[in-house]
Amino acid sequence: MATHIELAQPAAAPALAPRLSALDEVLNFVRKKPLGAAGALIIVAMLAAAALAGSVTPYDPYQADYAAQFARPGAEHWFGTDEFGRDVLTRILHGARIALFVGFTASLAGCTIGGVLGAVSAFLGGKVDLLLERLMDVLLAFPQLILALAVASILGPAVQNVVVAVAIPIIPRAARVVRATALSVKENVYVEAVSALGATRRRVIVQHILPNVVAPYIIMVTAQLAGAILAEAALSYLGLGAAEPTPSWGLMLSGSASAYAEKAPWIGLFPGIAISLAVFGFNLFGDSLRDALDPKLRGR
Amino acid sequence: MRTYVAKRLLLIVPTLLGVAALVFFIMRVIPGDVTLLILGGDQAGRIDPAQIAAMKHQLGLDQPLLTQFGTWLWGVLRFDFGRSLWTGEPVTQELLIRLPLSLELALLASMVSVILAIPLGMLAAVRQDTWVDYVVRVVSIGGLAIPSFWIGILCILLLVIYFGWGPPLEFTPPWVDPWANFQQMVWPVVTVGYRYAAVTTRMTRSTVLEVLREDYIRTAWAKGLRERVVVVRHALKNAMLPVITLVGTEFAFLIGGLVVTETVFTLNGVGRFVVDAVAHRDYPVVQALVFLIAFAFVVVNLLVDLTYAWFDPRIRYR
Repeated sequence: MATHIELAQPAAAPALAPRLSALDEVLNFVRKKPLGAAGALIIVAMLAAAALAGSVTPYDPYQADYAAQFARPGAEHWFGTDEFGRDVLTRILHGARIALFVGFTASLAGCTIGGVLGAVSAFLGGKVDLLLERLMDVLLAFPQLILALAVASILGPAVQNVVVAVAIPIIPRAARVVRATALSVKENVYVEAVSALGATRRRVIVQHILPNVVAPYIIMVTAQLAGAILAEAALSYLGLGAAEPTPSWGLMLSGSASAYAEKAPWIGLFPGIAISLAVFGFNLFGDSLRDALDPKLRGR
Repeated sequence: MRTYVAKRLLLIVPTLLGVAALVFFIMRVIPGDVTLLILGGDQAGRIDPAQIAAMKHQLGLDQPLLTQFGTWLWGVLRFDFGRSLWTGEPVTQELLIRLPLSLELALLASMVSVILAIPLGMLAAVRQDTWVDYVVRVVSIGGLAIPSFWIGILCILLLVIYFGWGPPLEFTPPWVDPWANFQQMVWPVVTVGYRYAAVTTRMTRSTVLEVLREDYIRTAWAKGLRERVVVVRHALKNAMLPVITLVGTEFAFLIGGLVVTETVFTLNGVGRFVVDAVAHRDYPVVQALVFLIAFAFVVVNLLVDLTYAWFDPRIRYR
């Protein structure tokens, strides 16, 4: 017969500071973290580009137009055209969809799988922990590029398959972070206290430990997002990611961009700027997010 | 400490065994038959099956997979990585031709990164939220964001247009002709070094920031020490540990991760070698390279952890 002890329900949090309106919050963020705000702006612009890709320019990202080959950047084609006469701006706008898709799915999948493995490792401990840790070690030591090569050879070069190649190397990193955080949270006195009060294992994990692991998880997803966009570009550049005629930014930089670099430098210039800006934006935003969520750095 | 080192050394074994098994079986799962590739590429259909069987037998590919794996592992233990299926040369010899280039590139890039990153990161931390900090942060995030292959392309483009310079095809080791070697390596080093320095700068900044909030730093200020002494003597010393880790792991990662840079600058290094080997299904070469890269990674990691234990007396290992 289990004794039932009523755990104190969390009382409504006392109002410590007057609630700020959403607009004030945003203004506050801009004032305190100008770089983070700049990053957020770039992300919003990228989301807008992805959403409106079809309606901003009158051109088709796939349709070749041999009458307009190698057009210089101008009023008609702002960023010029490539060797097939396709509008570079249109292709970059459509490329934002691919970058965001690969970035979000790979980073979410990698961090979630890794996070679950890390948490399991921390809570079960013993042999499971030892085995999972070795598995993560193997994944960490395995060169990412060979993995991507293998994935591309087995599944074929395509956008969905790049997600797999980009997500796998994220798993061991995420597992490490979450395992370390969970282990240290587990040792806290308040966890011992609720356990002593008779809270079930499930309750301890869901109500008391999980909330403390969420912040590092969010920081990790944002940080890995930028890396994932860059990895997709690199793999597509090497011909292991998206295949022609997909408007992937990395792919736009390979082959034709170098072949026609002297004749039409804009083919390679603008996609490179797009990649850099996107990764830049997510990194800036992720940094400020970390500063805001990390209690060690808060209040400065 | 001694038991800790022994335990860590023991744990290397299953990790490397796992990597060896993973690369071995991944290579066999990849579609594409190396014997067909060697015998005739596209007209594979018209090749005499007897010829294929003979070639398979000659290369030892007709044996059961586990036997092949066992033979290979036994060879690795004796530092014998077998022979390339294509050239018939020992893999070690093929590797030694290409290793100096990649090693030089990785070493120079880490040197550039450490020399730039530690002062810049420290400066940004000490002057947090001023324009100095913002400039350092923007420049370093730029290093993370700008793809190294794109910088490489831009470098080559500018050099070709303005100086009529093209990347040389053959590697000149520094001990043969230092000037030719410098000309060849400077742009790849800049390209790789910028990214590397960016990562290190950020790490230095954030660890120095954390250390600056410690109690003993307040004590140092209270004693009336000058800023330079507080920052360099007291803070920097303790902030260096995570930075050492990062430089170490990045270096291990670099040895295998130079593929993109080597492709852009048409350098014949280890990275290119491994990609070509995968394309040719040259199993022994891929297996040897992945194994060695993983080995370097594991060993550097171990050394980094041991330096930790050495430098920080608070860390006690079981």
